[in-house]
Amino acid sequence: MEAALGHAILTVWGALGFDAELMARYGPRVVDGLWTTLGLVAVSCSVGFLLALPLGVALVEGGRVTRALCLSFSTFFRGTPLLAQVFLVYYGAGQFRDALDAVGLWGVFRDAWWCVAITFTLNTAAYQAEIIRGGVRSVARGQGEAAAALGLRRGQTYLTVILPQALAQGLRPLGNELVLMIKASSIASVVTVYDVLGATKYAFSRSYDFEVYLWAALIYLVLVETVRRVWNLLERRATRHLRPREA
Amino acid sequence: MTDLFGLLSFGSEGWGDDLARGVVVTITLAVATLPLGLALGLGVALLKNAKGRVARALGELYTTVFRGLPELLTILIVAFGAPRLIASLTGATVEINSFVAGVVALGLVFGAFSSEVLLAAIRAVPKGQSESAAALGLSRRLAFRLVVFPQLWRVALPGLSNTWLVLLKDTSLVSVIALADLTRQTNLAVNATKQPFFFYLVACLIYLALSGLSTAIARRLEARADRGFAAAGR
Repeated sequence: MEAALGHAILTVWGALGFDAELMARYGPRVVDGLWTTLGLVAVSCSVGFLLALPLGVALVEGGRVTRALCLSFSTFFRGTPLLAQVFLVYYGAGQFRDALDAVGLWGVFRDAWWCVAITFTLNTAAYQAEIIRGGVRSVARGQGEAAAALGLRRGQTYLTVILPQALAQGLRPLGNELVLMIKASSIASVVTVYDVLGATKYAFSRSYDFEVYLWAALIYLVLVETVRRVWNLLERRATRHLRPREA
Repeated sequence: MTDLFGLLSFGSEGWGDDLARGVVVTITLAVATLPLGLALGLGVALLKNAKGRVARALGELYTTVFRGLPELLTILIVAFGAPRLIASLTGATVEINSFVAGVVALGLVFGAFSSEVLLAAIRAVPKGQSESAAALGLSRRLAFRLVVFPQLWRVALPGLSNTWLVLLKDTSLVSVIALADLTRQTNLAVNATKQPFFFYLVACLIYLALSGLSTAIARRLEARADRGFAAAGR
């Protein structure tokens, strides 16, 4: 069954003017790369979101010191190239091998995938925190006051009143950030991770056939467009109570 | 600690001069990309604003492709693909140097993002503005320069300065095609000194300073573009 499906795909691929033999040889690697890309993006965006929630709230609510700390975190990760951050973590960690060994983390930092995942997570956390900050600030002050008048504690107010509205406001930019992360994840290929681009570069270095880069382009375009469209649909559904009723 | 900073000294001992040369390449690359990217962005914005359906579809296609492709992939495609394309079209073998490849690739990307900003700005200026300029007897060119452009520019500036900041950071990706920009020079320093953490941190701080400088310049430009406009609030 699987072989028949593979054969069918290759036939269509050949009919489209692509090189079916090249696809048969390197296609599976690129598909593996796709899973690596998706895994990287899923992990870093979701963990990044969990970090961004407290960060974003702290950027609004924190005292002077907390705010300054969170702001420098976000400024650093948003103001410098992701590639340099990846190099900083991946190569920089080697310098702290003894210390990392002592706390049992060397195994993590020795692995390129983990280094990249950690860097991506911190990077997207900084961007998502700014989105959440913007969302929180867009919620009218009266909402918090009304919640306080109803006797809700600060934490409850945030969880049940402010954050839901802030996130509804931030859904669209969060979707943009997801798309940006999908694209940026290709940077992992620079430090030996075999994501889509990494597998493509491998195929190119073996075959010298430029066509493989066009596969990669197609994969990223389909991925990004799908995510963008699906997210837009979800966003429209999730915020339909905020739009005026259609006449 | 002192010997770490010694590594940043200028001259044959330190890497300060090498990094400085990288900074110059990074800035030159970004500045050289700007006119190409803006021209492409304006062209694509006009396509998307056009009446014809084909023109609009072309504009959308351009934006979808170059906004959707990873910047790194665009750079590799231009660097490896352009010589092949030229060879198959003209039969001539050409070497494209990495600076030109970088400018073209980053320009294509900048064009896609800035076209969205410029389109919004074009639409933000009401038609009545150019109509009343015409009624006052201004030629089309004068009307654009004196009436439409200042308003368009004011709306477009914040978006364009964002796009510029993204471009500035994206320049680091050209280090992958061996252009001696700041990131590449830092790689070299790291290979020679085995001080990756220190040097990449320094590189990050330099990028941060460049971003800060850009933001300060953008603020000035925005303040200038805002003169004569009374905003609500503030």
